[in-house]
Amino acid sequence: MSTTESAAAPAPKTLAEKVWAAHLVKQGENGEPDLIYIDLHLVHEVTSPQAFDGLRMAGRPVRRPDLTIATEDHNTPTLEIDKPIADVTSRTQIEALRKNCAEFGIRLHPLGDVEQGIVHVVGPQLGLTMPGITVVCGDSHTSTHGAFGAMAFGIGTSEVEHVLATQTLPLKPFKTMAITVEGELRPGVTAKDIILAVIAKIGTNGGQGYVLEYRGSAIRSLSMDGRMTICNMSIEAGARAGMVAPDETTYAYLKGRPHAPQGEDWDAAVAYWETLKTDDDAVFDAEVFLDANELEPFVTWGTNPGQGVSLNDSVPDPATMTDPNEKAAAERALEYMDLQPGTRMKDIAVDAVFMGSCTNSRLDDLRTFASIIKGRKKADGVRVMVVPGSARVRLEAEAEGIDKIVEEFGGEWRFAGCSMCLGMNPDQLAPGERCASTSNRNFEGRQGKGGRTHLVSPVVAAATAITGRLSSPSDIDAMVEA
Amino acid sequence: MEKFETVTGTAIPLPRSAVDTDQIIPAVFLKRITKTGYDDALFHEWRKDEEFVLNQPWAQGATVLFAGPDFGTGSSREHAVWALRDYGFKAVIAPRFGDIFRGNSGKQGLLTGTVSEAEIEAFWAAIEANPGIPATVDLVARTVTVGEVQATFDIDDYTRWRLLEGLDDIGLTLRDEARITEFEAGREAWRPRTLPVR
Repeated sequence: MSTTESAAAPAPKTLAEKVWAAHLVKQGENGEPDLIYIDLHLVHEVTSPQAFDGLRMAGRPVRRPDLTIATEDHNTPTLEIDKPIADVTSRTQIEALRKNCAEFGIRLHPLGDVEQGIVHVVGPQLGLTMPGITVVCGDSHTSTHGAFGAMAFGIGTSEVEHVLATQTLPLKPFKTMAITVEGELRPGVTAKDIILAVIAKIGTNGGQGYVLEYRGSAIRSLSMDGRMTICNMSIEAGARAGMVAPDETTYAYLKGRPHAPQGEDWDAAVAYWETLKTDDDAVFDAEVFLDANELEPFVTWGTNPGQGVSLNDSVPDPATMTDPNEKAAAERALEYMDLQPGTRMKDIAVDAVFMGSCTNSRLDDLRTFASIIKGRKKADGVRVMVVPGSARVRLEAEAEGIDKIVEEFGGEWRFAGCSMCLGMNPDQLAPGERCASTSNRNFEGRQGKGGRTHLVSPVVAAATAITGRLSSPSDIDAMVEA
Repeated sequence: MEKFETVTGTAIPLPRSAVDTDQIIPAVFLKRITKTGYDDALFHEWRKDEEFVLNQPWAQGATVLFAGPDFGTGSSREHAVWALRDYGFKAVIAPRFGDIFRGNSGKQGLLTGTVSEAEIEAFWAAIEANPGIPATVDLVARTVTVGEVQATFDIDDYTRWRLLEGLDDIGLTLRDEARITEFEAGREAWRPRTLPVR
């Protein structure tokens, strides 16, 4: 490019670079990070107490309570929520959040409130999450909010304190990676299968240092709930953030929500949001392609989200793996999961099905699950737990009769929260129990000490709950015929 | 935050890859609301195994951890850094780290340095040959030494400067408070507000 050309037109930018540039308080020099302004700070009970402690110790106020919102989710029980929380430490954290929010003037949606729920479900449903903003939260699944074309990422407790005190974060620019998914998904193949396939392809560290931008016709055709599922699991590919450029689907979701802009503000916002697309001649630091037409339901066999295969495949054989780290990890995983190489994934029987988490607990997810189990009975001996992402999602689902469908199926219809995704509340697997879970992490012990997790979509979760083995809906008919 | 220049203490090998933060500190310990006192939680599940490295008599005074690639992936919990720090670790050396874990470490005065996989294996061999041997991490020279084995580690210049100076993050940013105020004056009306409740 000649100097005259570069002077005439601004350099082409990716979506992520545009949002970054619009939040630059100070450009870093001599290896210092940039100082980035934060539009929205989401707070929950687990990663915030020490941050508030730090503020108190230093005598610092919260700079922008009006850009901060808190909810209770990680520890909250999903049964008998009107009773005191039995677990002392869970109760202590929740009480600390209530005290801190009162002291520092922060809006809180506590257990029992209609807007309570998983922080990554609450932000979007209130219309607080919107295109072109920066969102942080002391939780790695903050990447969820990138589905709106926001730059959203998880931070640690020191950073929570930093944002509370300054509303900014010192950050090094990210590299950018395009993940292009073209084509049409087959029936029964969902956003969850796309992201599990992406992670299996690039690995759990493939996205490290990058912001991922999900593009292509298969992404465009997804609902906002589906886009959130994909962006949610960006962190499982090692990326702190994932984004989807805003479009009509985004605006239609947002319009009329309690905190969405109104009147002239809405028009100004949409005019700006329309510019939030990667420029045609912008260059990504890395590019990955996935064919949506070929995609099948995807499930994990191991103990990290990259250890996945198509549901129609079998448990892989570590002996065939060439990378020694990958091989050792696979051997450890199979031992922990108590699986043999070559076992068909569809022959794996489960003890439990968990339908919930910030990955798959929105109304679309619950509708999908309910449409498959409707009028059927769960498999004998399989425990089926359905946990809506928020109190409002729960109400909306109940208005459609989804609670009745779950109960008639033999499943448990619970109150909102993170629940068995990470087992910080009483919702845990027993040692050795195997679970098909719509959550995001199959780490050792994540869902309960000694518990074994297979990550699946809501479609596979529903079919599995019916057959008792990892299944797709086509297997239900086969079972009935047999 | 204490200034970090040179640290010497027992070298601990952890020859596993992708040690995620759930393994460093299980979620159950995240319920505490204090900022210190997590030494008992570090590698909690693994420490139940008598053979685990930290249960060996020679592992007393553990100061420098030599881990496999992708140490600290997964959940953003800063408790992982607190647990390592409270146990006595001053530095972790590995071929690769989880991004969030690495960011958290720098802010808490825990040094994370990257070396090649060949170098980490050489360190593991040196410790195995002489359990209890000390490691020296020199941040000024960016070197880590165990007996005869020495490697230069990578750490970004900014984090290195912060560690060397022992600087508090918020205080650093608030030197630019006038710029933050100026930026806020230019923010558009459509951007979200959580208060007042509508």
